[in-house]
Amino acid sequence: MAENYDIPVPKKSFLSLQVDPKMFEKATDDEKRQQDVMAESTTFFKDGMRRLMKNPLAVMSMIILAVVILILIFAPIVVPYDYDEIITVEGVRDKGAANLAPFEYSEKEQSYMEQYGVSIFPHIFGTDELCRDYFIRVVYGTRVSLMVGVFASIMVLIIGTIYGAISGYMGGKVDMVMMRIVDIIYSLPDLLIIILLSVVFKETLDFSKVPIIGKLGTNMVSMFIVFGLLYWVSMARLVRGEILGIKQNEYVLAAKSMGASSARIIRKHILPNCLSVIIIMTAQEIPTAIFTESYLSFLGLGVALPMPSLGSLANAARSGMQSTPWKLVFPAVAIILVVLAFNLIGDAMRDAFDPKLKQ
Amino acid sequence: MGKYVVKRLILSVVTLFLVCFITFFAMNAIPGGPFNSEKAKSKAIVAVLNERYGLDKPVGVQFINYMKDVLHGDFGVSLKTGRDIAETIKIRFAVSAQLGIFAILLALAVGIVLGAVAALNRNKWPDHIIIFFVTLFTAMPSFVMASFLLLIFCIQLQIIPVWSTTSRNYLLPVIALSLSPMAYITRLTKTSMLDVLGQDYIRTAKAKGVSPKKILFVHALRNSMIPVITYVGPLTASILTGSLVVENIFTIGGLGSQFVESITNRDYTMIMGVTIFLAFIMITMNFLSDLLYKVVDPRIKLE
Repeated sequence: MAENYDIPVPKKSFLSLQVDPKMFEKATDDEKRQQDVMAESTTFFKDGMRRLMKNPLAVMSMIILAVVILILIFAPIVVPYDYDEIITVEGVRDKGAANLAPFEYSEKEQSYMEQYGVSIFPHIFGTDELCRDYFIRVVYGTRVSLMVGVFASIMVLIIGTIYGAISGYMGGKVDMVMMRIVDIIYSLPDLLIIILLSVVFKETLDFSKVPIIGKLGTNMVSMFIVFGLLYWVSMARLVRGEILGIKQNEYVLAAKSMGASSARIIRKHILPNCLSVIIIMTAQEIPTAIFTESYLSFLGLGVALPMPSLGSLANAARSGMQSTPWKLVFPAVAIILVVLAFNLIGDAMRDAFDPKLKQ
Repeated sequence: MGKYVVKRLILSVVTLFLVCFITFFAMNAIPGGPFNSEKAKSKAIVAVLNERYGLDKPVGVQFINYMKDVLHGDFGVSLKTGRDIAETIKIRFAVSAQLGIFAILLALAVGIVLGAVAALNRNKWPDHIIIFFVTLFTAMPSFVMASFLLLIFCIQLQIIPVWSTTSRNYLLPVIALSLSPMAYITRLTKTSMLDVLGQDYIRTAKAKGVSPKKILFVHALRNSMIPVITYVGPLTASILTGSLVVENIFTIGGLGSQFVESITNRDYTMIMGVTIFLAFIMITMNFLSDLLYKVVDPRIKLE
């Protein structure tokens, strides 16, 4: 338009708002620069993550979790014991190695070390009543608890998101029926049902032949089944609520008018927009799952022996609480640490992604 | 209101029925009847016994009969001890209820006070201390809490005796049960209190020169307790399930330890009875707290 500035514009009417370009000054370079977008454009997710990283508690929790996970990965490689391995000295079972205090050696081990001048890998957390290295048992227990937590919440995530997305998107009668089902499941006393079904599955199902699951035991399978049956409802409710809002947006209407299928609209337009809410919910679901697992293990309905879990370790430690209190303290502190870290991260994420709290 | 009550009631009844349904058929799915274990009995005796207890009928009929009995308050007899289940529940629940009521009251009282204190001292040291402990307690499962209390106060410090036959010592179990719900209530009260303190009517009251004490107790606290009411239902559920482990740890002969006992003993009729009973209490409390919530807060739309 710049070249047309000198051509007088014919006046149409004195009431017309038509402006005369001659009355305008050209913008200087300096003024033009003011219009430049200085900040890089961010997405909602990036913006939230940036705010999350400013939260010292969240960053600390992430570091703690990272350290814990590194220990869980590398400890079984470094430590020469296995979780179900009874300590032996020169291939003979060391009966004196039961209930050792942290960093303590049994008499046999001491004489062995003096005799050959070698050092035996220390029992960092001592040993348990069956002469097994306690550190590695706590490591495996944390592994089991963490894995159960993560997988259970992923399962909740998948089922809840699909169910909620369908219900919210369809609306009308479908939504009504689907949400009544959710209402009923939501008001079921979940822990009671889990206990009940664990008892039943323990008697009726047999997974001992299946590779990985067999080691964890039927109880874990039943716990996953129950999680899949019961715990997804709050996720479904959340996703549905989100979708009911997003559905009203113009871009959904535009996609619809261009003939996009429902599945495509849900996948491409709606789900990415409620992604952050779903992630936060999943992060908050992990501690719940860890709690449930440890609770069941504590009642003796958890992972199968000899595989340890934090709950079953704490339960086993109760009998010797007077003489070996550290056996209770280690798994208990492990649970608290992991759950605390997840809780803090979940809370920080909720705050970081809440648009209402944006400055 | 009436419509809402009816709707909510129907939901509760359906849920309870579903619990009974799941419980009954789950227990029935376990192979083996009550009479074909332990000592070998002759087939004729087993057949007579099955007929006597109605076990020869189809499962559906058995379920209907069981439901009829349950509605009359009859849960049958324990498979292991032969005692009447309803009677056992009555005796055991008296103990649990005492414990549970103390725990609920303690959680509510301390939680609301701490929440209010934290909200009034926002971002000052009392707030930070309270929130620190609240965050810590929410990360502690009830059994860890109970074991720690037992370890610290009974074994290490020896302030409270571990075993006591003369007096029932409810102090530690009550604390163990109430700490994590208390933490939740504190959080809830703090958020709602902050919300309420920012409302216009509080500013109006301040502008009118109402004393800060009166503003807090008359205007703010009352309204900030509304969300706490909705938590009473889940609170009951959490205390009841928590009591399963806590009673076990402190060896209190309540319904919780009875339930755990029957799980380890595979006493299926007992498991059924206790599950249905506990579910009944939880669902009723949820129903009541939902209703109360609507009654207390007229702003809530009644659908």
